[in-house]
Amino acid sequence: MATARRKPRVVEVEEAEVPAAQLLQLYRDMLLIRRFEEKAGQMYGMGLIGGFCHLYIGQEAVVVGMQSETIEGDSVVTSYRDHGHMLACGMDPKGVMAELTGRRTGYSKGKGGSMHMFSREKRFYGGHGIVAAQVPIGTGLAFSHRYNEDGHVCLTYLGDGAINQGQVYESFNMAALWKLPVVYVIENNRYGMGTSVARASASQDLFTRAQPYGIPAQQVDGMNILAVKAAAEVAIKHARSGAGPYVLEMMTYRYRGHSMSDPAKYRSKDEVNRMRAEHDCIDQARKRLIDGNMSDENALKAIDKEVKDIVAAAAQFAQDSPEPDPSELWTDILK
Amino acid sequence: MPVEILMPALSPTMTEGKISKWLKQEGDSVKSGDVLAEIETDKATMEVEAVDEGILAKIVVPEGTDHVAVNTPIGLIAGEDEDAAEVARSGASPTQPKSTPAQEAPVEQVAATKPQTKAPAAPASPHVAPEPELEWTGKTEMMTVREALRDAMAEEMRRDKSVFLMGEEVGEYQGAYKVSQGLLQEFGNRRVVDTPITEHGFAGLGVGAGFGGLKPIVEFMTFNFAMQAMDQIINSAAKTLYMSGGQMGCPIVFRGPNGIASRVAAQHSQCYASWYAHVPGLKVVAPYTGADFKGLLKSAIRDPNPVIFLEHELLYGSSFEVPVDGDYIVPIGKARVARKGDAVTIVAFSRSVMLAMEAAEALAADGISAEVIDLRSIRPLDIETIVASVKKTNRIVTIEEGWAAMGIGSEIAALIMENAFDWLDAPLRRVAGKDVPLPYAANLEQLAIPQVADVVAAVKEVTYR
Ligand SMILES: Cc1ncc(C[n+]2csc(CCOP(=O)(O)OP(=O)(O)O)c2C)c(N)n1
Ligand SMILES: [Mg+2]
Repeated sequence: MATARRKPRVVEVEEAEVPAAQLLQLYRDMLLIRRFEEKAGQMYGMGLIGGFCHLYIGQEAVVVGMQSETIEGDSVVTSYRDHGHMLACGMDPKGVMAELTGRRTGYSKGKGGSMHMFSREKRFYGGHGIVAAQVPIGTGLAFSHRYNEDGHVCLTYLGDGAINQGQVYESFNMAALWKLPVVYVIENNRYGMGTSVARASASQDLFTRAQPYGIPAQQVDGMNILAVKAAAEVAIKHARSGAGPYVLEMMTYRYRGHSMSDPAKYRSKDEVNRMRAEHDCIDQARKRLIDGNMSDENALKAIDKEVKDIVAAAAQFAQDSPEPDPSELWTDILK
Repeated sequence: MPVEILMPALSPTMTEGKISKWLKQEGDSVKSGDVLAEIETDKATMEVEAVDEGILAKIVVPEGTDHVAVNTPIGLIAGEDEDAAEVARSGASPTQPKSTPAQEAPVEQVAATKPQTKAPAAPASPHVAPEPELEWTGKTEMMTVREALRDAMAEEMRRDKSVFLMGEEVGEYQGAYKVSQGLLQEFGNRRVVDTPITEHGFAGLGVGAGFGGLKPIVEFMTFNFAMQAMDQIINSAAKTLYMSGGQMGCPIVFRGPNGIASRVAAQHSQCYASWYAHVPGLKVVAPYTGADFKGLLKSAIRDPNPVIFLEHELLYGSSFEVPVDGDYIVPIGKARVARKGDAVTIVAFSRSVMLAMEAAEALAADGISAEVIDLRSIRPLDIETIVASVKKTNRIVTIEEGWAAMGIGSEIAALIMENAFDWLDAPLRRVAGKDVPLPYAANLEQLAIPQVADVVAAVKEVTYR
C-alpha cells in the first residue's frame, strides 16, 4: 500500500546563531553518534552484538541540538533507540559499546543491553523497551525536580509511534496540571517500525496533540542542527522558568531499518536517498562550516579522525572486556 | 592495511546467507553509508552498507554464492593511500579475520544452536535472612487498621521529607477509604497529591520520581485498577535496578485494598498476591493485624526497593492494639506464628488469617490443635517458619482468597515438596477462591470465597478425622 506522504509543515523557526567553535562542536558530536552507530551496526553483523539494536543514524541533530541547551543536572529519558542520547549526555562510548556487547564494563554490567542503559552520574534514566513507558517516567523525573526545587528540567524523548499511547496524554495532563519542568521531544522519523505516521495517526501534526492541555508546542526541522538548538533554547527556558511543560515535534528521519533485521520494504529507496542527499544533518553542518569560512577541509578531517579513533577504541574495549561474572546473575535484584 | 568486509549477521538468528548482488564493483570507491551489496538472510533481503572508506579492491565472494557463513571475508577495501591492485593481489586468498573475540562470535553462535546436553551451572540463588524482629514492649493503643496505616504514613512523612503520597482522592477527599485522613491538612498538596484517573500514568510518574530520588507512596484506589499500571510496576519499577547494573533502583510503595470486598463482583474483587509475588525485583506484603499493617508499611516506605503493599477493604475497620511509638517497625520477609499448635499447620495471609484463627478455635473444640502462620510477607516468603512448623505438625493447609491455580498455596506446596517432603503425613490441601470470576449474587459470592467451614473440612482431611 502506498503511504500518503504529506509534506511536513514546518513552522518557521529561527536558527540559532552560533560562533564557529560551537558549530564545530555540534558537528563533532553528531559525527561521533553517526560513526558509533555505524560501528555498532558492523559489530552486530559480526555477531558481537545480539538481540534488538536500534540505530539512530539520520536523527543525530535532534539529540545533539537538544542536549546542547541543557545544563549539568538536567535529566534525560528516552526509548530503546538510545545510543545517541547516551553519547549526547556525555556518557563514555566505551561503556556504551561494552554494554552492547554484553560485557561487565558496560553501563549496566552487561545486564541491560542496547535498550536498557542508565547513568546516574549523567542523569540519563534509560533506555526503555516499552513504547511510551518513558513518558510518565520523564514526567516523574520532572516532578522530582519541581519537588526538590533544584532548577532542573527533564528532557523526555518519544517517537511518532509512541505518541498514540494513552500514557502520553495521562502525562501531558499531569505535567500541565502541575506545571512540571519537562520538555517532551517527539522524534517524528515518519515511521513506527513499518507503519508511517499517516497510517497510524488520525491527525498528523503531532505537536498539536499538546494543545488541548494548553502546552505550548512547535514543529521543528529536526535535520537542521541550528533550528533544533533554537527551539531547544526556547522550550528548555520555558520549562525551567516554572511555566510548565513544552512539546517539540522534531521532523527527522532514520536511514536504517527500525532494528537491524528490518529490510525496510515499507518505504522507497528514493525516499531514503532523497533524505540523505538533501537533508542530512551532518552534511548540512559541514557545508555551513566550509561555506561560512568557519572551518576548512583539513580541520574537519582532523575531527573525522579523532571521532574514528574514539569509536575504534570503544569497539576494541567492548570486545576485550570480559563477560559478567556468573555471580552477577543474582545481584541487583533488590537493594 | 586493507580492511576486510565480513559477511554480516543481519538478524538475531542468521548464521549464513546468500550474496544476491554486488552493487559496487572492484575498483569503485566507497564511502561509509554506501550500499555495497544485497544479501539474502533467513528472513529477508537486506542491504549491506560500507562502514569504512576507500576503494573496493577485491570481491572475494562473487554474487550468487549461497550459504556464506557469517563473518566470512567477502571483499577487501583498500585505504585511500593504498594501492588497490596490490591489495587485491596480496589478499587473493582470504586471510582469517583478525584474532579478536570477533572470531569467537560465530563459533559461539554455532555452539548455541547445537543441542546442549549439559547447561552451564548457574550459581545458586543467595538466601538473605530477614532482619530480626524485636520484641515490642512499648506503649500500644487500640485503633483501626485504617488509622494504623494513616499513622504509618504520617510518621514516615515527618521523618523523611522525600516521602510523598499520590493517588486518586488521597487529598481533598481524604482517601476513597479514608485511609489518608488528615494528611493533606498536615503535609499540604506538595506532598499529598491528588491525581487524575490515570493509573498507568501516575504509576510511571511515581517510578520516575523514585529514580529522581523521591520516595513515592502510590495509592491505588483498589488493586484492581493497578492492572492498568502493570507495565510500569513490572517493567519499570521491578526490573530497572537489575537492568542498570545496580545504578538505578526505585524506592516506591504501591499500596491499596486487594482481594475480595463485599458484593462488588468480578472486576472489583480479586487477589493479586500471586501476580506480584511472581516477579523478582518486587517485595510483596499482605498483613493482617493493625500492628503489622503499621510496622510493615513503615518498613515498606523505608525500603529502597519497590514494595507492593496489599491491604484489605474488609479489614480497614477492624481494631487492634497498635504500638504508637514512631520507631516501631516490622521487618519484611518474616512470618508470624499467630497461634501455636502441634497437629496441623494452617498458613494464611491478609484477611484469611481471620478465617484460620476462627477455624483453629473451632478445631480446638474438636481436640485438634492447629498452628496458624500469618505470612505477612509473600515475597520474600518465610519458608523457614513454615517448614519448621510442618516438621512439628506433619500436616499443612493453606488459605487464600485468590484462585488456587498457580497461586500462593501452590508455591508453598512446591516448597514443602522440596524442603519437607519426608515430614509430611498427608498431602497438602489448598483452601482457595473457587475457580470462577467472583459472582455478584450474595449466595454465590459466599460459595466462591473461602469460609471457616472450608478450612475446618480441609484440616479434617489432612488429619484423617
Ligand atoms: C507497548 C509496546 N508495544 C509494541 C512494542 C514493539 N515496538 C517496538 S518499537 C515500535 C515502534 C515505535 O515507533 P516510534 O515510537 O515511532 O519510535 P522509533 O522506533 O521510530 O524511534 C514498536 C511497535 C513495544 N516495544 N512496546
Ligand atoms: Mg518513529
